[in-house]
Amino acid sequence: MIPGPAAPPVLRMSGVSKSFGATRALDGVSFELGRGEVHALIGENGAGKSTMMKVLSGALAPDAGRMEIDGRPYAPSGPLDGLRSGVAMIYQELTLAPHMTVEENVVLGREVHRAGWLDREAMRRKVRETLELVGHPEIPRDAPVGRLSVGVKQVVEIARALLNESRILVMDEPTSSLPLEDSQRLFEIIRRLRDQGVSVIYISHFLEEVQRVADRYTVLRDGRSVGSGRMEGTRLEDIIQLMVGRELTQLIPRVEHTLGETVLSLDGLKGARMAAPISLTLARGEILGIAGLIGSGRTEMLRALFGLDEVEGGAIVVSGEALAGRTPWTRIGRGLGLLSEDRQGEGLALSMSVADNMTLSDLTPYRRGGLLSPSLQRRGASSWIEKLQIKARGPAQPVADLSGGNQQKVALARLLHQKAGVFLLDEPTRGIDVVSKSQIYEWIGELAREGKAVLFVSSYLPELLGISDTIAVFHRGALVESRPVAEWDATSLMAAATVGRAPRTAPSSPRSSA
Amino acid sequence: MSRQHRDRLSKALNFFGPFIGLLLVIALFALIPEVQGRFLRFANLKSVATQSVIVALGALGMTLIIISGGIDLSAASNIALSSVIAAYAVNAGLPPLAAVALGVATGGLVGLANGALVTRLRLVPFIVTLGMMGIARGAAKWIAGNQKIDAPMTWVNELMAKTPHPPWLLLAPGVWIVIVFAVVLAVVLRSTVFGRHVFAVGSNEATARLCGIRTDRVKVLVYALAGLFCGLSGVMEFSRLTVGDPTVAVGLELDIIAAVVIGGGSLSGGEGSILGTMIGVLIMSFLRNGCTMMGWPNYIQEIIIGAIIVIAVTLDRLRHR
Repeated sequence: MIPGPAAPPVLRMSGVSKSFGATRALDGVSFELGRGEVHALIGENGAGKSTMMKVLSGALAPDAGRMEIDGRPYAPSGPLDGLRSGVAMIYQELTLAPHMTVEENVVLGREVHRAGWLDREAMRRKVRETLELVGHPEIPRDAPVGRLSVGVKQVVEIARALLNESRILVMDEPTSSLPLEDSQRLFEIIRRLRDQGVSVIYISHFLEEVQRVADRYTVLRDGRSVGSGRMEGTRLEDIIQLMVGRELTQLIPRVEHTLGETVLSLDGLKGARMAAPISLTLARGEILGIAGLIGSGRTEMLRALFGLDEVEGGAIVVSGEALAGRTPWTRIGRGLGLLSEDRQGEGLALSMSVADNMTLSDLTPYRRGGLLSPSLQRRGASSWIEKLQIKARGPAQPVADLSGGNQQKVALARLLHQKAGVFLLDEPTRGIDVVSKSQIYEWIGELAREGKAVLFVSSYLPELLGISDTIAVFHRGALVESRPVAEWDATSLMAAATVGRAPRTAPSSPRSSA
Repeated sequence: MSRQHRDRLSKALNFFGPFIGLLLVIALFALIPEVQGRFLRFANLKSVATQSVIVALGALGMTLIIISGGIDLSAASNIALSSVIAAYAVNAGLPPLAAVALGVATGGLVGLANGALVTRLRLVPFIVTLGMMGIARGAAKWIAGNQKIDAPMTWVNELMAKTPHPPWLLLAPGVWIVIVFAVVLAVVLRSTVFGRHVFAVGSNEATARLCGIRTDRVKVLVYALAGLFCGLSGVMEFSRLTVGDPTVAVGLELDIIAAVVIGGGSLSGGEGSILGTMIGVLIMSFLRNGCTMMGWPNYIQEIIIGAIIVIAVTLDRLRHR
């Protein structure tokens, strides 16, 4: 069934590169996909998988490199052109129109018509055939898609891709939002398609699942393909090794600090969007790293803890006192501060000034006789701009004009301004430059030395290993393991995050920065 | 051009843009021979100012709502209801001051209901206030028994008198009331914590929540305040008509919204100013007044004002590039 290396590949990419500004997202990637093959594309967040698939689909034009489909040069001018060449994407976020029926969705954009009049009979037939092809003729064709479960929606999405006689199907994290039984159904569909000669590129962080469904794999790291081979006979450990293979030599300054008494404890905290209750404790002067894949429930825990999502159960104890109230306002009153992972959408009010964004959480110091004094406010903001070395023309500049790193510092300054004692930092270094990153690490270390407590959510293993005292790992909504940092290394962290359990490593394992 | 220059220029444009529009409108009519002599006379300016009072009061509250990212379609119905209540109270023999207070309070209650529904039911303001538009109008007709309520003349009717008493006031008391409230509200928006929070909620509600701003409370306050202004506007309507008419001000909410938008308010929230809104009100009043003087029919006025709205918003978009 699995074609040997002798069979000509359906798709060949060679030397494909793509840069965004100074960042090389893809650095000469090569990739081969056989006919009727399920090929897993594996790599850490930011390894370049999404960029590579965007290049393949035609959404992005590569800076360099060649692509061939069936031996013929392939240079799509856009996603529509890619689709016509037989490349279809199934995205993580489903792209169906919820108010329209299954049938309408499957044929959307490719309606059969005579002089503009819909040929319903022909469309019915085509949709029925396609649903049979994926092995699910029982899906109600007249039901509005919005009423279907996520799993069935995905089948509809796949059917839509197949209607176009796509020969290459790209699935990006298809099971991340699926319950287990729906995942099983998806695997069956994938096998069915493979047997009919469709090639599937399967992107997933869940390695055990990948091992079950894929014939071959390619590992991406830092925009390069670092390894490729047959799934059969390959050990997961070897793949993980390829994923994290880089030397952990990046400069991550570590500020010495000592742990004090417990300041925050969660006892079975269950938020509206959390899959399972979470318990953990955090001490003064502690940096508790939270590892896990995107969507593993880390952000949801922070949001419930901070009162942004409804708390359904469990207790939050701050400095020995249970936290009452439901709003972020009460949390800030008890010394909590949250840095949002969505800097532009939630973290900052982009149309407002640097000064407003820094001080919005507490404007009381700038009041004179009931009125707000803009000059006092600007002076307060200026001192933060200086302390955090923020590159801005001044406190009155709109925050939208700043670079990502400087925007992040503005958001951090706000937490300092509101005199938080417990810092909940959600991906504080995502998408910012190296220099700002380094400053933020140092700043987190300083906080710990001053006796502040830090919850540090990150998807970047070197920084987690570099500055945390303890690391807790989330997997599919649950906290699966928490250990002192010395008992973790990149491989065991990756294993815990992707598989849900980790081998014990020797406590003497090398640390990146100590 | 250097960046700082450009910033300064765009700031200046922000501030003067609506002014320029107003001056253009005034200049236009001042130059047309047929109305030249009469248009800029004090008597005419006075009547334009008086005619602006009702929309202006409604627009003050609407500015708050639009900056906070909301909308109030019930404003005009609320004005009608409040005027009916004030007339009813005067008619029932209550002291005029009590009648005024009742009218204003009615407006406030309707606004409070809007705010409560928006925040409790998590419905979009468009829907809530669309519903309230019907409810308030219906209530006004019901209370008035589907006809006008006559009321004895009191000092309340002086509020909108074109020749004020005492004469040293120069403008109708209603105009002065608008000016005082406009100044107060401008200060509130620019330099109080509440004002800053209103902008924050409209600019990015998620950020506002993250900063511990009690966004629901801010919104309820905004709608209630806007309601009070509608109530006051209703009292002025009663003062002008000397009767309580439940069918008055139909469609006026669109004029009110248009004034805010012409003045730089953004329907997606986070932007707008009292000064801009007041200029927006004046632009529309001068246009109406000029067109009437020219003897142009009503439909021409409607077409011109419609065009002005589209032009003003287009210019605003260009400015933001």
